[in-house]
Amino acid sequence: MALEIAFRVNGTPRTAHADDDAPLLHVLRNVLDLKATRFGCGAEQCGACMVLVDGAPAYACTLPAGAAAGRAVETAEGLADHPLRAAFLAEQAGQCGYCLSGILMSAKALLDRTLSPSRAEIVAALDPHLCRCGAHERMLRAVARAAATLRGETP
Amino acid sequence: MIPNALPLSLQDNPRLDQWIGFPEAGRVAVRTGKVELGQGLLTALVQIAAEELDVAVARIQLATGDTAATPDEGYTAGSRSVELSGGAIRLVCAEVRAMALDAAARRLGCDAASLALEDGVILKDGLPTGLDYWAVADDLDLTRTASGAAPAKAAARFKVVGTDVPRLDLPAKIGGAPFIQDLAPDGLLHARVLHRPRLGARLVALDEAAALKAGGGAVDLHRSGDLVALIGPDEAKVLAAFQRLRDRARWEGGVDLGPGDAEALSLLDRPAAPPRIVERGAPLPAARRLRATYSKPYIAHGSIAPSCGLALFEAGRLTVWTHSQGVFFLRSSIARALGLEVSAVHVIHHQGAGCYGHNGADDAAFDAAFAALACPGRPVRVLWTREDELGVAPFGAPMVVTLDAGFDADARPVDWTIDIVSPTHVSRPGAHGGVNLLGAAALADAPPAPAPADLPDPAGGGASRNAFLLYDLPHQKLVHRFIPAPPVRTSSMRGLGAFANVFALESFIDEAAEAAGLDPVAYRLKLMADPRARAVISAAAEMADWDSPPPDGFARGFAFSRYKNVAAYLAMAVELSVEEEVRVSRVWCAVDGGLVINPDGARNQIEGGVIQAISWTLKEQVTFADGAVASNSWETYPILRFSEVPEIETRLIGDPTHPPLGLGEVSQGPTAAAIGNAVARALGARLRHLPLTRERIMAALLEG
Repeated sequence: MALEIAFRVNGTPRTAHADDDAPLLHVLRNVLDLKATRFGCGAEQCGACMVLVDGAPAYACTLPAGAAAGRAVETAEGLADHPLRAAFLAEQAGQCGYCLSGILMSAKALLDRTLSPSRAEIVAALDPHLCRCGAHERMLRAVARAAATLRGETP
Repeated sequence: MIPNALPLSLQDNPRLDQWIGFPEAGRVAVRTGKVELGQGLLTALVQIAAEELDVAVARIQLATGDTAATPDEGYTAGSRSVELSGGAIRLVCAEVRAMALDAAARRLGCDAASLALEDGVILKDGLPTGLDYWAVADDLDLTRTASGAAPAKAAARFKVVGTDVPRLDLPAKIGGAPFIQDLAPDGLLHARVLHRPRLGARLVALDEAAALKAGGGAVDLHRSGDLVALIGPDEAKVLAAFQRLRDRARWEGGVDLGPGDAEALSLLDRPAAPPRIVERGAPLPAARRLRATYSKPYIAHGSIAPSCGLALFEAGRLTVWTHSQGVFFLRSSIARALGLEVSAVHVIHHQGAGCYGHNGADDAAFDAAFAALACPGRPVRVLWTREDELGVAPFGAPMVVTLDAGFDADARPVDWTIDIVSPTHVSRPGAHGGVNLLGAAALADAPPAPAPADLPDPAGGGASRNAFLLYDLPHQKLVHRFIPAPPVRTSSMRGLGAFANVFALESFIDEAAEAAGLDPVAYRLKLMADPRARAVISAAAEMADWDSPPPDGFARGFAFSRYKNVAAYLAMAVELSVEEEVRVSRVWCAVDGGLVINPDGARNQIEGGVIQAISWTLKEQVTFADGAVASNSWETYPILRFSEVPEIETRLIGDPTHPPLGLGEVSQGPTAAAIGNAVARALGARLRHLPLTRERIMAALLEG
């Protein structure tokens, strides 16, 4: 059923007219024109669509938009000034870059929880995500670098 | 000095203005027929242009892969883009730089030799002359044919080439919308296209009414033969209609496709063409013989984004946006399949997710063109499903490789035969004279299928790629058995035949060393004269501290290859442990790629290639069931994860005065072989059939 869905996206109140069972990914990309969140599989298996809902990673490809009503959604567009962006650029952490948006969101959820993640914690946070180009090690380094920046250290 | 022989790309596109222009002050337009596939090519080409022109990187505006705007450089494939396109851009830019200095000298009434360039500004005795490229641009006849005669810079003078210029495309990929999947022109229609579940299947029942109902009245259906597109303005509704359509479609006939076809050894039961034999040298008497058979199954490209295409049909002209590797070939194939003049079709490359060969990109572009013809004046976007991306795109070809060799009393191979069984490694649009597009084959008036063939040896070979060893052997014989009709489409995937051949050859070299009681590194050095090959072998051994034993519970393996025997050299050591499953923990690579344009980008390519190849080696195999591909999700086609990647150390040891050698496909074959060699040491048993899964490890342990 089509209805007005109201929620916050990257801190800004937004409303979208959409079927409440349409995936949140569809609403973000096609209704709100926020295209940094990617479609990869539609089955919670690759992580390309990962967003944060009330701070927790969620697969936007399957989450009904109605389930996001009244909640705070974060997408990769919201990371423009986050140290993660600078860290991923500094490490040149990517090849094709398609998986990056989702990975950045899981990394943000981790760094929101701890500023001193162990390597094992970073690996665990990123493990739901697939990268086909093989830039994994650079991304792990980038998350550690962003954590160091947030701790006030110079990487 | 790198010799100024005209690269093929420049022979094919000889006019300077095909490559370069000065459209606005402060900017240089550079054009390449090659495209960005996630490999970082754009950045490398911009570095080359900036270097030879003496302008800042930021002044270069690079146009790529556009049938109306760039040179035709065929496919972006085979690790040859820096060599061919980079080589052309280098010579063109050197020539235009010299022309600009000559033009300035004429205006200033001085000797061109007294002039210099700095960020596009022409200097005399270190001071600005008031002239720059843009001031003299009108004096330059860029319509003339490139001579290739202008002296390009010597490596010692490089300021931009050989440095780690950050990837120019990466910032937009972090939080932006740079992909073809993100294009949404005004009036956009979304489409999904129904594909055959197997080759030759016929559509015998289609519940159109149910599908259109599921689309809520906002979806139209367009059909020709067995090709069906659903089109509408709301993507979610199109998808709902498509799911209903797909679930209720009934297919009959077509190829016989069953679980057993997933095993590479099933190739041996298929009809083969008469063997093709290539022999170098003559065999010598052997004291001992070894023989072993290796194999690699069908593998999937598995790009993280499903393929996408956009098309607009307006006033009899068709424009197509695609992430294809070859826009000019795609243009011809689309025109032929849809009955359009080639001149009425314009194909433009737009970046997609990582491309590792002939995936669904061309097919998705055709699907979009097919749908667009039904909706004149409206742009149409086709996005494949994940199921189609893993299920109906072409696969990397399976191979069975048998090595049979005789050795003299000194353990040198003196009688060497490699026997390769494989279907084609190239069925791209245009290959073998065919249209070669998935959807076109389902049209009511489908174009004829071409006679099957593989890529010929002079073009780098398909199944025969890297079939010959670089080691100094008195005799090598290739027996190539071509399988003309595999049950699924096979085509180019990173490295083509090199992956299976290098896995087999470099495993067999280790088996030969072991049989002779020799150290694998020492044995390779004993057989190898090429000094550059010897250098990477020695360097990788040193990096891995090869002569010291590995830590308890770990085993090491070694491998070497020179990609295509003409591109980059790589030697590699791996360290791994085996407990039911193989876990690779460390990798050391030494690489000679000659002049490396962007060292960090080169490392990224090499290390990414290693990780992808670990995934192929340990995990990947396409499976079939019920007359279709069964491995059409990430659950059924798992790939390597973050928790499974090793630490990788890469050393680039090439001499920058040597020409650049392609290195994007050099690391895959050695990775498989080094892992196989380490696993053999860990288990005391040799596994010769990929992937090296838990089941195969357990079976080997039980037998051992």
